[in-house]
Amino acid sequence: MAGIVGYGAFIPRKRITAEEIARQWGKDPETIRKGLLLEEKSVPGIDEDTITISVEAGADAISRAGIDPSKIGALYIGSESHPYAVKPSGTIVIDALGIGPEVHVADFEFACKAGSEAMFVSLGLVESGRVEYAMGIGADTSQGAANDALEFSASAGGAAFIFGKENLLVDVLETYSFTSDTPDFWRREGQFYPRHGGRFTGEPAYFKHVLGASRAILEKTGLKPSDFRHAVFHMPNGKFPQQAGKKLGFTEKQMEVGWIVPTMGNTYSGSSPTGLAAILDIAEPDDLIFMTSFGSGAGSDSFVFKATELLPERQDLGRTVRSMLDGPKHYVTYGQYAKLRDKIIVNE
Amino acid sequence: MPSPRYWREVPSRLRLEAARCSGCGKVNYPARPICPKCHSKESEKLTLSKTAKIITSTVIHIAPDDFLFEAPYAIAIVETPEGARFMSQVVDCDPSSVGPGMDVSLEFRLIRKEARSGILCYGFKAVPTNSWEAQK
Repeated sequence: MAGIVGYGAFIPRKRITAEEIARQWGKDPETIRKGLLLEEKSVPGIDEDTITISVEAGADAISRAGIDPSKIGALYIGSESHPYAVKPSGTIVIDALGIGPEVHVADFEFACKAGSEAMFVSLGLVESGRVEYAMGIGADTSQGAANDALEFSASAGGAAFIFGKENLLVDVLETYSFTSDTPDFWRREGQFYPRHGGRFTGEPAYFKHVLGASRAILEKTGLKPSDFRHAVFHMPNGKFPQQAGKKLGFTEKQMEVGWIVPTMGNTYSGSSPTGLAAILDIAEPDDLIFMTSFGSGAGSDSFVFKATELLPERQDLGRTVRSMLDGPKHYVTYGQYAKLRDKIIVNE
Repeated sequence: MPSPRYWREVPSRLRLEAARCSGCGKVNYPARPICPKCHSKESEKLTLSKTAKIITSTVIHIAPDDFLFEAPYAIAIVETPEGARFMSQVVDCDPSSVGPGMDVSLEFRLIRKEARSGILCYGFKAVPTNSWEAQK
């Protein structure tokens, strides 16, 4: 059986509050807080991007796995903010982490589920015996246009997972993918910001795919929501994952640990993977963990995990998600945010 | 920085690889084929820790073009537990709070962009261990 042998996450220290963004555009902060359940979001520094986040998260994953990084035979990064249009982020990440050169590397893109795609393919390669270890990463410095609803949520962060067959921290009991052509959110080549279909991103997109994948994997495994200790869903805002979870029969208590969006924002490809990392930080042996990602376009990947006896002794070998969310942070003004996110046009 | 030079420096810039001289034990960073202290040609590779202490620092107010958006920023000579010293930007903190003796961790960051269309240069920057929290 294959599963996760190491994991890590990274969230930048800068933050902007929903109130600060609302004030800039003459919107009511309370409407954002109550409507989208968002308080603040992480903001990447001028020197932070998908590559730097991947390296930091990957380094913690290697520490927790306790393996020789050169044994990692595949590395995939899912993101919609790869710094280069042409040159894989993964090439820099493997060299920084001491992986390779005998390694298969690719950058994935599937809107917000590119991270779980990377995990899914990594798991498959390990299960097939093609590679001993594979790392799947979901990371983003998400883009959201000025004065768009996305601006309140698009944030920065990510998580990395190493899959293997021995010394598992978490067993992967089952996976399920659910995909269809749904134009709910997109970014054309050369465009800086994504566009979306407003309310169309809800029922026909997020809920159809998240609920479709989740119900199918429950049926496939014969498990009930009440069998799980923790559940995490893709978090485009605070409200959607809570609604999806409740429709499936999960309780707020089961979703509490992985529901990190109110203070992290939506890290796109890193969203549900970082929520999963937050759960692994505190999970106990034999805990069943449910995860369903969502990527516009659209699709969902569902996973059923089971924590092993080994997990607790590895949890302290890397930074916890909660320590990064609650730890040292610096609030920026909208002006500083605009500079950091390249929203200001300057002369060359 | 021309791409070939950046590429040659990948081991030291991206992985903090150094060399410990087999003759005198000095840690040379970046690694050198001949030890500048004892001239031995024998050495063993080692990877530096991701922690360091600031030896001396200053704050840059008038920055070069590639760093204009970052000014004012702190820059320091840091020393790792292995004894290697190198210059590093100190980030995620109030630049005026940076000073000798401060403990830092080394985090992977984008060092500079070659204008709008050139390569991206990565490496490590120092972050005070307690970052903003300790300075409130």
